[in-house]
Amino acid sequence: MKLIIAYIQPHRLNAVKQALFEKEVVKMSVTTALGCGQQMGYHETYRGAGIEVNLLKKIRIEIAVTEPYVQTTIDAIISGARTGKIGDGKIFVTELTDCIRIRTGETGDDAVG
Amino acid sequence: MKPLLLSAILLALSAQAYADDVTLAEVHLKANNTWMLVSIILVFIMHLGFATLESGLTRSKNTVNILFKNTGVLAIGLLTYALCGFNLMYPGFIDGRDATAVAEAGTAGNEWFGFAGWGIEPPEGYDPLTYADGNYTYWTDFLFQAMFAATAATIVSGAVAERIKLSGFLLFSVVFVGFVYPWMGSWKWGFGWLHDRGFHDFAGSTLVHSVGGWGALAGVIVLGPRIGKYIGGSVKPIMGHSLPLAAIGVFLLWFGWYGFNGGSVLSADPEAVSKVFVTTTLSAAAGVMTAILMSWLVSRKPDLTMALNGALAGLVGVTASADVVSVSSAIVIGMVSGVIVIFGVPLFDRLRLDDPVGALSVHLLCGIWGTLAVGIFAPDQASFAIQLLGVVAYGAASFTCALGLFFLLKITVGIRVSEEEELIGLDIGEHGMEAYNGFQIFLTQ
Repeated sequence: MKLIIAYIQPHRLNAVKQALFEKEVVKMSVTTALGCGQQMGYHETYRGAGIEVNLLKKIRIEIAVTEPYVQTTIDAIISGARTGKIGDGKIFVTELTDCIRIRTGETGDDAVG
Repeated sequence: MKPLLLSAILLALSAQAYADDVTLAEVHLKANNTWMLVSIILVFIMHLGFATLESGLTRSKNTVNILFKNTGVLAIGLLTYALCGFNLMYPGFIDGRDATAVAEAGTAGNEWFGFAGWGIEPPEGYDPLTYADGNYTYWTDFLFQAMFAATAATIVSGAVAERIKLSGFLLFSVVFVGFVYPWMGSWKWGFGWLHDRGFHDFAGSTLVHSVGGWGALAGVIVLGPRIGKYIGGSVKPIMGHSLPLAAIGVFLLWFGWYGFNGGSVLSADPEAVSKVFVTTTLSAAAGVMTAILMSWLVSRKPDLTMALNGALAGLVGVTASADVVSVSSAIVIGMVSGVIVIFGVPLFDRLRLDDPVGALSVHLLCGIWGTLAVGIFAPDQASFAIQLLGVVAYGAASFTCALGLFFLLKITVGIRVSEEEELIGLDIGEHGMEAYNGFQIFLTQ
């Protein structure tokens, strides 16, 4: 089991969801996040004065998957989120030691899938 | 006893003085002109109504841009109207229905284009007591019409929102409000060829609303839909970000409409103005009611934005006929307008014409309906045929001009923002500014 955490551009969320749906990955948690990476923010002006905005709005997606789905999920996220421009985001993959479905008490792969 | 006597003497003296100094014509002018100035203020506040309505019905990432356009268009409309618009709209055509005047002037009373010169200046021998039958001054006349002119371009602003380039839109507005709108306005209000044929458009269902609506249609066609609106065969609604703002906008527009229609009486004639107030109000109310009923029936749940659009539909619908129809006719006109809006919005979506605020249904369709309604409900004022001729003539001219203009802008300065800018939002793209700084707003579409 792996936990896949991806930070993407907010306006790419629909495309990512679509790509995941096509690969039958339909369970996910989505939260909003602020962050900065290589992009180093953008520039705004307010009444003539410049402002550096360096924490950008991002979408954080968390998906727990069983081993056979790890690569599929990563590929789907990339295909939906990638524009080739700076700010497309990052994907983190971590080991997941256990997973319990609260309603039934299932654990492990059964609970994830 | 003494104070009473004193005040009686004072009263008699002041009445005497008043009669000596002020003629009846002057009192008449003062009363009427004051009402016209109030109307100007009312029409002015409609621009705030448009600004808030359009902001509310679009996404928060484009709010600065919408407000910016509304601010710019108002200024452009007023200045171009002073520069040339007023004299294009009122070039001094002879009223063709006045046979003696036509014979004296030696014209056929069929004029379709005229220009009385740049700038604004009262005509030679200007006397406020005789100008416009002594109802209002030259300056009032100019400013009242100037406020109207700016509304025509504001109508376009909502329909092309969330994707049009600011520069392209402002250039369009200069030409459309400065030349196209007043030129076409002269056909009716300037005593041009449609006026001579008996066309009736009281306060501008066609002259203002349809003309703006046709301009909006041309813009929507040239621009194409917003990204994500039509995917495959289905329509994806893109929700507005603030229904409170939209509601404030509609109430402000309704408020301002008392000046738009009430002022179009062009005097403070108590009977005429009050009657126009009643027809205007009841038509708006009827529009709301049918919009509520229809949206409840069609989409199972009553839709606030449709109820709000219903009010505007009723107002636009009755604008052509507010002075000549009975109260019951005004209610029927409003009811039909409300139904038109409910079916107009999905109709335009089916045609893949993306109109974020429903301006096409409200201003174009209800403007056409309201104009034709004069021929139906007040056939003694104007025949259905002549109303239809007016609708077609204005439609053809306005749509052609706007389409040409948008195409010209498309191949020169460009009229659509880049895909990236559209996704991030025009506020950051065009203005480098956010409307709701300090709020965490996340948009994923």
